[in-house]
Amino acid sequence: MTADTGNSGEMAATRQDAAQLEVCGVTKAFPGCIANDDISFRIEPGEIHALLGENGAGKSTLVKIMYGVLQADSGEILWNGQKVDITSPHVARDMGIGLVFQHFSLFETMTVLENIALAMNDVRDMDVLRKRVLEVEKTYGLPLDPDRHVYTLSVGERQRIEIVRCLLQNPKLLILDEPTSVLTPQEVERLFETLRRLSAEGCAILYISHKLHEVKSLCHRATVLRAGKVVAVCDPAVETAKSMAEMMIGQKLVAPDRGEARIPGAVRLAISNLSLITDEPFGTDLKNINLTVRGGEIVGVAGVAGNGQNELFRALAGETEISGDAGCIAIDGTAVAHFGPRRRRRLGAAFVPEERNGHGAIPDMSLSENAFLTAFRRMALSARGLIREVPTRSFANSIIKTFDVRTTGAGAEAGSLSGGNLQKFIVGREIMQDPGVLVISQPTWGVDAGAASAIHQALINLAAKGTAVLVISQDLDEIFAICDRVVVMSAGNMSASRPMDAVSIEEIGLLMGGLHDLEGNVAQTEGGHVDQA
Amino acid sequence: MEWFVPIILTVITASTPLLLAATGELVAEKSGVLNLGVEGMMLVGAIAGFAATASSGSAILGILAAVVAGVLMSLIFAFLTLTLMANQVATGLALTIFGVGFSALIGSGFVGFPIQPLPGLSIPFVSGIPVIGPIVFGQDFLVYLSIAGVIGVSWFLTRTRAGLILKAVGDSHSSAHAIGYSVIRIRYMATLFGGAMAGLGGAYLSLAYTPMWAENMTAGRGWIALALVVFATWRPGRLLLGAYMFGCISVLQLHAQSAGVHIPSQFMSMLPYLATVIVLVIISSDRAKIRLNAPACIGQAFRPAQ
Repeated sequence: MTADTGNSGEMAATRQDAAQLEVCGVTKAFPGCIANDDISFRIEPGEIHALLGENGAGKSTLVKIMYGVLQADSGEILWNGQKVDITSPHVARDMGIGLVFQHFSLFETMTVLENIALAMNDVRDMDVLRKRVLEVEKTYGLPLDPDRHVYTLSVGERQRIEIVRCLLQNPKLLILDEPTSVLTPQEVERLFETLRRLSAEGCAILYISHKLHEVKSLCHRATVLRAGKVVAVCDPAVETAKSMAEMMIGQKLVAPDRGEARIPGAVRLAISNLSLITDEPFGTDLKNINLTVRGGEIVGVAGVAGNGQNELFRALAGETEISGDAGCIAIDGTAVAHFGPRRRRRLGAAFVPEERNGHGAIPDMSLSENAFLTAFRRMALSARGLIREVPTRSFANSIIKTFDVRTTGAGAEAGSLSGGNLQKFIVGREIMQDPGVLVISQPTWGVDAGAASAIHQALINLAAKGTAVLVISQDLDEIFAICDRVVVMSAGNMSASRPMDAVSIEEIGLLMGGLHDLEGNVAQTEGGHVDQA
Repeated sequence: MEWFVPIILTVITASTPLLLAATGELVAEKSGVLNLGVEGMMLVGAIAGFAATASSGSAILGILAAVVAGVLMSLIFAFLTLTLMANQVATGLALTIFGVGFSALIGSGFVGFPIQPLPGLSIPFVSGIPVIGPIVFGQDFLVYLSIAGVIGVSWFLTRTRAGLILKAVGDSHSSAHAIGYSVIRIRYMATLFGGAMAGLGGAYLSLAYTPMWAENMTAGRGWIALALVVFATWRPGRLLLGAYMFGCISVLQLHAQSAGVHIPSQFMSMLPYLATVIVLVIISSDRAKIRLNAPACIGQAFRPAQ
């Protein structure tokens, strides 16, 4: 980009066909990586433009620059053909840029109205604001009670707050960062209706996602980023999901090989009538959960985040010990609900939590130390209270080799690995202990596509060897790709399990939204009658 | 009825320094800053106020000096924890230890030095009304200020946009930053307000409560003020209640001792502190209430991405 692009004579001439927003040669470097490398693209008024890329491709950095949270090292941004300096989010909002954050920028203990007021530049009177909020909600069909506290709301409702507060400022450009990763399929459809309507009204939309079938159905054009660079601009309607995925990762996409149909063996993990009152302030109580997983089976637990999955994981892993009925969780027939994590591991169970840094691994410790922490008993890495250095190191090295973990070696700190590599290491650590039962939460959350398919393949191979695998995941594509059966959690309840080949995405979506199975409802009403009688 | 008046008056004087310091700390904590240096800031405020009054003869100058001293102390804390991102707990403890020593050093020349106590309000006729007169209309300026401070802070936090922003910063600093608020600047201001109020609390001790300087004269009141904030679950109204409750307990133990209750005096002196511990345990059992009012980011350093 040369400096004379923005001279005024040329600008007047190009006024007619000026883009709503044009990014010209934006570069942003962080210590150790170039997050955005000479990025250019344009969004027309009324266009729904997709920004595609894997985690770490530079999408979020670019969004932060466009919203004034970060400043670019070089390059410029044109708004209606005029060069602009977006020095702060305040300036961005004044220009007419609205952003719906990926991890919502909401304040849990405040009301909806207070949250909206905080993100508005010009609030004088809360009563006037309340009226405007109700108007926008009515116009766009986004119902919200302004006086509810955020922590009482579902994730979909929280996102609605973010959208309403953008719409209140009559945006010319609405940016949505991974908006559907937390929504049920039905909620996604409602969101798309709103977005199409905004687009028809002339609002440009920048839609950031890695869910390619959504991009295909919604977006007019797509810009693909890889490793901080624009690698392609395409028309999603013409491309296939597979071809766009390959643009994103820069190599051929390999679907996991499910192998021969596995014949389920004996029940290895049994959960019966598990109820749990959580002691987390905003947690979800588990309500009478029943599930069995047989050897050789992969069972998926679907559901929107915050419907009891974390509580279920902690109960299964032994992080929450249950004192009442020890038999409500059984591993290979042994009642374990009153055991802590170590005794459960001794029985052959293994657990991979959702959070990699700080829960699955200790970021400041080396990979071999992290390997030691969960595997010292089963892999005999300790003797008379001392660490056996050589076997520990060779165990860590074999994980690194088998699971293709890109690192400088077993002595590298866990926190220095990228998300995908650390996840491969943690999953590998548990799988190489040859567990009888594996419970894994969000196995590929925030992991690049290459690592994700390696992890999926490893889980399938593990099940083929006779392990019972329970996968807790928000990602329905993942569940459809690897699971044999699926259950859905909603508000702490678990649906009956369904075989994967006899269930549709829509059906799972309805269950995620809280519509319970017919059987479940009947059972509940009967229970109620008994109580009354 | 008349015997009752001196007791009420001593309760008010015992409660006011706690209330002043706790009000400031509440604002700082609401913005997400945990400043454990309240005791140190109170002591430095106490000696600054005393020294200024003793040298100039003006109580107003003394109060101003105490505010400035408290602000400077909290500025050290803010610079270390907010700009240099030192650990807040360790820095706060260090600030208290520094304040104890520094105030003793400055104050060594003022021990036993007499000053005029802070004058009480005196309205003709009204202050002379029996019972109500001395209690409601006969207090010194800082007592009224402490009550006004609580009401003002309550109004600020619940009714103003600036108060909403301050709470937002304490609730989720990353969200507040993403929306475009300057987390560090807001926390600086809240911390400095906390320092000013702690300085006032200290000045009340050395100018009104016992108009003299003694080494370590706060005797743990800074720590009780910290506990009061948790006791009040970060709500100013409850702070008023808590401060006066602790004021009552500390006066009660004095009166019980003089009435000849046969309990070792050490146990009686323990009472306010013991009550603090017991009340904190009871309060902490209601986690939902704590979560709803406690600033979620309290004590956490904020490092904006560059």
